[in-house]
Order: sequence, then C-alpha cells, then structure tokens
Amino acid sequence: MTNPEPMFPHIRICEEDFDLTAEANKLRAGHKDIGAVVTFVGTVRDINEGDEVSILELEHYPGMTEKALEKIRLEAHQRWHLEASHIIHRIGKMYPCDQIVMVAVASRHRENAFHAAHFIMDYLKTNAPFWKKETLPDGSERWVDARVSDAEAHKRWDK
Amino acid sequence: MLNVLYFASFREVLGQAQEQLPADFQTVECLLKALAERGEAWQHALLNNQNLQIAVNHDVANRNTAIKAGDEVAFFPPVTGG
Repeated sequence: MTNPEPMFPHIRICEEDFDLTAEANKLRAGHKDIGAVVTFVGTVRDINEGDEVSILELEHYPGMTEKALEKIRLEAHQRWHLEASHIIHRIGKMYPCDQIVMVAVASRHRENAFHAAHFIMDYLKTNAPFWKKETLPDGSERWVDARVSDAEAHKRWDK
Repeated sequence: MLNVLYFASFREVLGQAQEQLPADFQTVECLLKALAERGEAWQHALLNNQNLQIAVNHDVANRNTAIKAGDEVAFFPPVTGG
C-alpha cells in the first residue's frame, strides 16, 4: 500500500503547530540551485482593536481553501522565477504567541523570493476563505472584521 | 439538489452550516431572493449585505453566477485569515 499523492502537496491546513526550520529545510531538499529562502510566519497577538485577546479560533472552508491557496501559489510562480514554495495555515484554537501561518519561498536570488512571499501573504489575507473569532478575557466572543488595509495591500500587486 | 453552505458569522446568525435545496434557481441572485423570504436575519445577512461573499463549487462567484443541480453554493463574510 502506498499513500496517494495529496492533491495539493505544497499546501497544508492543519491544527498542529509547525517547525519553521524543518519546513525551510524541506523546501530546499534536493535543490542545489537555491540561493535564497524567504519565510514569513504570522503569529497571534494578545491585543486587537484595543482589547486583550485570550483565544483566537480559525475557521475555514475545506476544499475551497486549498484550491484558493494553490491558485495564489501558482500565480506567484508565474510572476517570479521561483524554485519552490510552501504554505501552511493552522485552524482551530490558538493562543497569544502561537504561530498561525507560514509562507516559505525559495529562489535562485533573493529579490524574487522576497517579492513572492510578500505577494502570497497579501493575497492569502484577502482571497483565502479563513475567518477569525476572538475570545476576550471576560469570555465574550467576536468575529474579526476584514481590514481595509488588507484590501489595499492586495491592490499594490495589480498589474 | 443544491448543497448550500454558510460560514463563520453567517452560520451563527442563520443557525445552520449546511442544507440541501431543490435546484430551482437559475442564478445565485434567484437563490438569495428565495432565502430572503425566510425572514429579516436572512435578508440582512445575505440579500441586502453589500459585503456578501459567494463561492460556487469552490470558486469565487457573484450574484449573477448561474447555478445548476449538483452545485455547491457557499455564502460567507469577508475573509480574515493569515
């Protein structure tokens, strides 16, 4: 019995935490032509909109999420010459200081990797179906509103 | 049949995550109008919501997108991942 190849091997949606160094090494494995690896990690802040946050819960749309992230990843590969890229996004309950998201991009030269990682994160923010819900110290819950600044960050990549 | 999904705040406000509906609607807009007849919460969250996000079969769609039997139609608020 062999495991079937996952449909999107460069995308991972999971509850578990990830090891940044291990992920960066995996990205480079087997490539001798990589000269640059750029990684971005998003983490949980303990404050939002002026309020203390105790728990952050991430919900997503299984099936569409993977498809949307793969589309963003492939667009980055079309825009810049990249050797490899990987996106991890956690779901479920997280706490301040936890890692939420990782984008890792490898290229021959740094410029392409920097641009592509920035592009993937800006597009992920506005195009991938994830939703955040915060729990405050008093136990009350609220859905996080989309930010105008994220929509503007997306626009900077319009051709 | 249509498979209709509601996510995040919509799921909470509308009290359900998923339902099967007859495929009697030509477009998303027709479906939205039928759902709005269920009451104010539905009208407010879906039909009259300028920020409504729509997906058909996992692709971004809009009110004019045509739908047919077997399609999966999802409604959700603006996304906030990352």
